[in-house]
Amino acid sequence: MADLYSRVTGHPAGAALTKRLGLPQPATLRRGRRWPGEAIALGAVGGGDIAARTLHLLGLPVVPAVHDAGTEGPKDGAGSADSVPAYAERLGALVLDATMARTIADLEQVRAMLRPALKALGPSGRVIVVGVAPHKFSDVQASAVGQALEGITRSVGKEMRHGGTANLVQVADSTAEGTASTLAFLLQGRSAYVSGQPLRVGNDRHAEHPAPRPFEGRVVVVTGAARGIGAAIAEVFARDGAEVVTVDVPSAGDALAGVANRVGGMALQLDITNPDAGQVIARHVAERFGDRSEGQGRIHAIVHNAGITRDKLLANTDATRWAGVLEVNLQAALRINEALLDPWSPGGLADGGRIVNVASTSGIAGNRGQANYAASKAGVIGATRALAPHLRDRRITVNAVAPGFIETEMTGKIPVATREFARRFNSMHQAGKPVDVAEAIAYFADPASSAVNGQVLRVCGQSQIGA
Amino acid sequence: MPPPSHDDHADRAAPRVPVIVGGNRIPFGKAGGAYAAVSNQDMLTSTLDGLVARFGLSSERLGEVAAGAVLKHAKDFNLTREAVLGSTLHPTTPAYDLQQACGTGLEAVVQVANKIALGQIETGVAGGVDSASDAPIAVSDGLRAALLTASRAKTLGQRAKALAAVRPRDLAPQTPRNAEPRTGLSMGEHQALTTRSWAVSRQAQDELAAASHHHLAQAWESGFFDDLATPYLRLTRDEGVRPGTSVDKLGALKPVFGRGEGATMTAGNSTPLSDGAALVLLAEEHWARERGLPVLARFVDAEVAAVDYVSADEGLLMAPAYALSRLLERHGLALQDFAEYEIHEAFASTVLATLAAWESEEFCRDRLGRSAALGPIDRDRLNVHGSSLAAGHPFAATGGRIVATLAKSLAQRGPGSRGLVSVCAAGGQGVVAILEAV
Repeated sequence: MADLYSRVTGHPAGAALTKRLGLPQPATLRRGRRWPGEAIALGAVGGGDIAARTLHLLGLPVVPAVHDAGTEGPKDGAGSADSVPAYAERLGALVLDATMARTIADLEQVRAMLRPALKALGPSGRVIVVGVAPHKFSDVQASAVGQALEGITRSVGKEMRHGGTANLVQVADSTAEGTASTLAFLLQGRSAYVSGQPLRVGNDRHAEHPAPRPFEGRVVVVTGAARGIGAAIAEVFARDGAEVVTVDVPSAGDALAGVANRVGGMALQLDITNPDAGQVIARHVAERFGDRSEGQGRIHAIVHNAGITRDKLLANTDATRWAGVLEVNLQAALRINEALLDPWSPGGLADGGRIVNVASTSGIAGNRGQANYAASKAGVIGATRALAPHLRDRRITVNAVAPGFIETEMTGKIPVATREFARRFNSMHQAGKPVDVAEAIAYFADPASSAVNGQVLRVCGQSQIGA
Repeated sequence: MPPPSHDDHADRAAPRVPVIVGGNRIPFGKAGGAYAAVSNQDMLTSTLDGLVARFGLSSERLGEVAAGAVLKHAKDFNLTREAVLGSTLHPTTPAYDLQQACGTGLEAVVQVANKIALGQIETGVAGGVDSASDAPIAVSDGLRAALLTASRAKTLGQRAKALAAVRPRDLAPQTPRNAEPRTGLSMGEHQALTTRSWAVSRQAQDELAAASHHHLAQAWESGFFDDLATPYLRLTRDEGVRPGTSVDKLGALKPVFGRGEGATMTAGNSTPLSDGAALVLLAEEHWARERGLPVLARFVDAEVAAVDYVSADEGLLMAPAYALSRLLERHGLALQDFAEYEIHEAFASTVLATLAAWESEEFCRDRLGRSAALGPIDRDRLNVHGSSLAAGHPFAATGGRIVATLAKSLAQRGPGSRGLVSVCAAGGQGVVAILEAV
């Protein structure tokens, strides 16, 4: 399971050899709640100012973005690197506010600010373009320009080097308060393995301010927590202050106890496919946290992470393999939600709570031998989008992450050639870690992310597989 | 960060009620089975960590942990404390070992409950562990004496002389025997005498054994143990449970204890040698409620009795019959006042002989000093989730298994439901206790 190639390129001799062969050089990614180590440049097209106000709210100092004049240099050296105005220092990030971009001509300013920045960005650098969600425009050209930003960001993501990422934030009647958690996530190391993705932020002027330990005293339930991504989710929530209730099947209770004790949480051995699993979770939370949690014995966030694979070509898939995957990965989560969303049930989901689902890139693009799995994970995406608008009055958000190739026991079973291909064929030239998925989940679950709803975020290093 | 303290909120004015919060055990393994390669300390530590995880006690300091093992290596002189240090509990949690043969687990529960009632602690863990697979093997007294003398020797000559005293027969290792030192009879042989004197039939013994397997299998199947057990070393259910066994199948087994016509005790209706560990979390009721911990049942009271089996005045495993009588008397209760009975199945005939004794007017009058028989119990209330014949009997672990199982079962029946625990032990002793759902 060890990523041998990354160990080779990590060694000076191996790095020299692989560089000469023109092979990709996986970088060590900046992770966790670390801000960029170098300056954050801020630029805007026209008078866009939501990015500036959001960065101000986050207390982040910025330097003005350098503009490429757009005029070519002396004829003999047309477009040469020398003619591009350069930053005086290394850049940690460029935040580009394109919310006022309306015409195709406006896109030139986007190019003019991206070009010098891309040359100045340091390791694990960030490009964050802030645009308006295209559907907000009735004007065709403005809408086309909004969509063009996505094409630019996705391409820049593929051009980034040394662990850098490029992402697009699409705002729609958004406030700086509502946008803060998203910009913070994208700037910090938490988004290490998220690149080339659009994230939509809605409208919430009462969003909480992002805090370093946003889940202090709040109850978070994580299913499938005994190992892999689930264990990492439990760890990240515990790091950020949550009272974590870890759930897994009784037969995994040994590993589950290890995780629960490591994060100072509780282990609940429970088969989530039991018809009353949701009620069992609610009862457990009501009893254990009745008087002593922030949410008065209710759940702040439930993370539906439990999942299984029963891979076979569809031609060889029987009803049992089909049903088992759909039952665990999709049906159980829907049933648990139903129980936890009962506002009168003690131990249910609190108002202002969060539902975070774990989908998969297989659910977006399909995968050979995974029709059952892809059905369940695409179903998760469908359920996320369908449920999200209905819970607005209770200020509950529903979002999903779609992990790509993550190093876990489960992906360790993939044949070696396929695995190596999946590891390299993405913009980061490496597989993600369970913590990368966990960070994205915690971002959605953050009380400050109240303006982020119905989103499906790929955590795949901009994988070209399952794109 | 200072260790969190649990024990400085004692409110001495309010009555202090020790309650069972919950329990954890690992599935019991067959001797030489799944746990053959692990030690008592491994099993006890893992069981403790499972308990800690269930109740979110990681890094907490508890009042104490009391546990023991019957088959114990000399190096395990501080077994329970070592388990605590190896667990995720705060290292400032005190611990001690205690031992009362098969009564160890239940006696540990009594001890912790009493300390809670007295206000000495607010919460504690009690139980035990045993490995028949990893039994200690000792050297003979002759070899031991020679080695000790040699170690005290000052000269090479003295040392050589001491070692020369070793005889070939001294080199044979000594394994622990399941025999009473004062009678030389094994526990099975002792019970065979009791079985005969109470005329317990083979059929009745096999029926009890089959019921134990069926009840236990059903409890696993229904998820009853989901919050009472944590898998260990890939064992997710008790290794010895046989859902498919029947009175017919059990009836085909040859007797192993007793002789001739009257021999009725087989490997099927006697407890197998086993490996495993079980622990119970106890706490003062208000303390538990304040912390959102479950309150399954009140620990009401306990009584320990011993009989003179050496002079054959009474059967080796009959002490619980006496203990129970005294306990009922103290509380003004009848034998029929219980929703459930947990009588440890050392042998099927132990349970049946005990029940027969309580039904016998002669026994209750002459032995217990009662005016009438204690009477029969409703057999549907006996060992409803299976017992040692099916689960196995890692000696010191059995008390913890029974107390946690019974407490949960009583809680499901509702407040006021009363349960009886009875555990017989080597040395002619017996521990009984009463639990009551709150």
